Amino acid sequence: MSSMEALLKDESTRNIRRLLKVVILITIAGAAVSSRLFSVIPLFMNESPRGLSETILGLGETVTFGSGTGDIGVWKSDDAIVDPWFNFRASKYLVKNGFYNFWDWFDDRTWHPLGRVTGGTLYPGLMVTSGAIYHILRMLSMPVDIRNVCVLLAPAFSGLTALATYLFTKEMKDESAGLLAAAFIGIAPGYISRSVAGSYDNEAIAIFLLMFTFYLWIKALKDGSAFWGALCALFYFYMVAAWGGYVFITNMIPLHAFVLVLMGRYSPRLYVAYTSWFALGTLGSMQVPFVGFLPIRSSEHMAALGVFGLLQLVGFVEFVRYQVPSRQFKTLLKALIFVVFALSSAVLVLLTVSGVIAPWSGRFYSLWDTGYAKIHIPIIASVSEHQPTAWPAFFFDLEMLIWLFPAGVYMCFSTLQDQHVFVIIYAIMASYFAGVMVRLMLTLTPVVCVSAAIALSNILDTYLSIKTPPTPTVGAPGADERKEKKPRVNILSAGKDSIVGIYSKASSIAVIAAFSIYLFVFVLHCTWVTSNAYSSPSVVLASRLPDGSQHIIDDYREAYYWLRKNTPDNAKIMSWWDYGYQIGGMADRTTLVDNNTWNNTHIATVGKAMSSREEVAYPILRQHDVDYVLVIFGGLLGYSGDDINKFLWMIRIAEGVWPEEVKERDFFTPRGEYRVDDGATDTMKNSIMYKMSYYNYQSLFPAGQAQDRVRNAKLPAVGPTLNILDEAFTSENWIVRIYKVKDLDNLGRDHASAAAFDAGKKKSKRTKAGKGAQRKLRVV
Amino acid sequence: HNSPPSDPLSILKDILNNYSKSTPQRTKLIDAFLGFLVITGVLQFAYCVVAGNYPFNAFLAGFSATVGQFVLTASLRIQSNPANKPEFASVSPERAFADFVFCSVILHLFCTNFIN
Repeated sequence: MSSMEALLKDESTRNIRRLLKVVILITIAGAAVSSRLFSVIPLFMNESPRGLSETILGLGETVTFGSGTGDIGVWKSDDAIVDPWFNFRASKYLVKNGFYNFWDWFDDRTWHPLGRVTGGTLYPGLMVTSGAIYHILRMLSMPVDIRNVCVLLAPAFSGLTALATYLFTKEMKDESAGLLAAAFIGIAPGYISRSVAGSYDNEAIAIFLLMFTFYLWIKALKDGSAFWGALCALFYFYMVAAWGGYVFITNMIPLHAFVLVLMGRYSPRLYVAYTSWFALGTLGSMQVPFVGFLPIRSSEHMAALGVFGLLQLVGFVEFVRYQVPSRQFKTLLKALIFVVFALSSAVLVLLTVSGVIAPWSGRFYSLWDTGYAKIHIPIIASVSEHQPTAWPAFFFDLEMLIWLFPAGVYMCFSTLQDQHVFVIIYAIMASYFAGVMVRLMLTLTPVVCVSAAIALSNILDTYLSIKTPPTPTVGAPGADERKEKKPRVNILSAGKDSIVGIYSKASSIAVIAAFSIYLFVFVLHCTWVTSNAYSSPSVVLASRLPDGSQHIIDDYREAYYWLRKNTPDNAKIMSWWDYGYQIGGMADRTTLVDNNTWNNTHIATVGKAMSSREEVAYPILRQHDVDYVLVIFGGLLGYSGDDINKFLWMIRIAEGVWPEEVKERDFFTPRGEYRVDDGATDTMKNSIMYKMSYYNYQSLFPAGQAQDRVRNAKLPAVGPTLNILDEAFTSENWIVRIYKVKDLDNLGRDHASAAAFDAGKKKSKRTKAGKGAQRKLRVV
Repeated sequence: HNSPPSDPLSILKDILNNYSKSTPQRTKLIDAFLGFLVITGVLQFAYCVVAGNYPFNAFLAGFSATVGQFVLTASLRIQSNPANKPEFASVSPERAFADFVFCSVILHLFCTNFIN
């Protein structure tokens, strides 16, 4: 045993240990990357005709749990699938047209009559990163397609996240805890869910930047070095350029500093680290056009500014105290600090109330007042990711980490240093936010990994120690006493022995074996969750046939490619905003609204058109130059994320703008049911959304037996008629239906009477057998 | 409470005396620079209040350059203060100065970019 100890402590083994560390980190990075490829490789293996082009974007799909029933229901998350399409389109533009054109890009193919100033309304970090990687690879004479860079960016950055987590945890405890944390975050499903290959989303690089910024902050605080503070500010700037979640950092670091001041842990190091971060970081964040003057004007950033002022004050007071050591003066100064702090918060409140500083934006405010979004901003509440998290989701995403997490936080309390305060605050804040919103599980995962690693590493430190206690018989005078006492020692008082600790091999082996099993099960769980829940492409729907073979439903791409090939290049497509980015990315056509929901009224216009009668909808379609209308219909296949299920949100959003014309109440039966069958209300049956979804649908079934498999409803025997639209395309499984907007009638009639006339003429032809027509000819 | 100076003027006098006696020459130089920065900042702010903030980015760039330079210089002063030696075990005065230069360069890059 002692020879083993000597070997481990030997200077010459240091290199071996270093090598081991490098090998472990590389393995972790490899595991992190390979576990994210479940979604890409099966599509290679399928030997599908398109071959390599199957590395498609937007594979991310989140799973939420049917609350109450406990069974897993797969919900389409509206954000995760489609955002990558816009990012990809922007990256292509960047690579093709260069940086300056990208910066000034006015996109006239979205938000049709309005257009979008893209350069000023996006976070450019992701596109610039992939553009830089693309150009570097070309410089190294590896000409890779930009699409492959985009698809594989998230796995690559997850390796870097593992490294950043290692560094962060190393600052908290030691290297072994760091390696554990890196291994955890490499495969934890909570993070994989947003970073599988193909999810080319802002979160792909944001979590790496988050962890690395926090690491640099801790480093700056520990050393009191302005250099690390400046690096922290630079990575904060990168983070601001990459993700809107930078506000989390903007509030975490000031909160940490504030708590340290309250705990009486103010030190010159804190001043140096915080002020160098704040001065450079704020100025840096204002360079991003989308952020602009927000750091001065909006409430989310006021905490950082306030703590900056407070630290100046505290620093000045400390300085004066150093000059004049008088007790009376000190109390005076403490009172001064308090008064100034209270005064400045009062001024802040005053400025916010009077409107000089913008109040909390709805998205952030809804994190505090959880009922706010549902009442006031339906567009925020309509996204399934903005729902509260159910308990099983925590266990599903984090498995054993979720119960090691509180233990790790407790251990941070027991060795409370400046940096541990940070982990504690981060844990509390992130837990709250993850509880409020499913999507914010992502920011919780890193701190769970860190503190679980701290806890587990403490356990391993205790039980893996091969130290043997110094034998008590060495001391001569003590030995006699012990011998005399020995008969009296029984099992119960064994703890009173002078040597405290766990030195029995049996207990060590038992505990270590248990935790090894937990760790193996953790790996199995993560792999299972990743391959089953988080790696299903959302553009291509996969289903299983009774014999177990896989059946691919590819309606989305079928329809989008139809649009791409068979419509004029400047055709305008109207659809609900969920599909805006996909249409822009895959069909390459102009859309009216898309997932960047910056103009609520415009979305409400689309909602109004979808939810009103034909006579009302047609002028709206004409005014917006709409050529095609696209709806998603899952009734044939039982695909629940279709437009009829989203219809209520369209109505709500439209009602928010035109409460007189669109009324949600009208779409419910007198008993308050939302029905599509015979019992549906007239308003429902006459809305163009209903008509477009069920147009000609009954022709698939024997008469009177049309069945909607999502709503489990038997549809009316007579299908709806459409006067203002022509069916242009319906995909194989009826998921995507595209309608062409009719032109104005040649004779100036409205469409309903024109259609009625056409129908009547046909009937008269058949019955009168052309007699009248001949007579007319004779007269002329 | 052996001799608490009750008169605010005498407190101030004490502070000044103590300061000029105990502060090294270099630190005084830094303090002079800090004073200059405070004056520049106050002047800019006063001008902004009087003349309006129309090119707001220009005002912000100029003002935050002063504020940023002030806190960076204050950090340098803290780090190079011998009394703070135990706090900054890994930062020698030379290292502190190099950090100061690094941070200032970044600050001025950001400011010149922001002022357009």
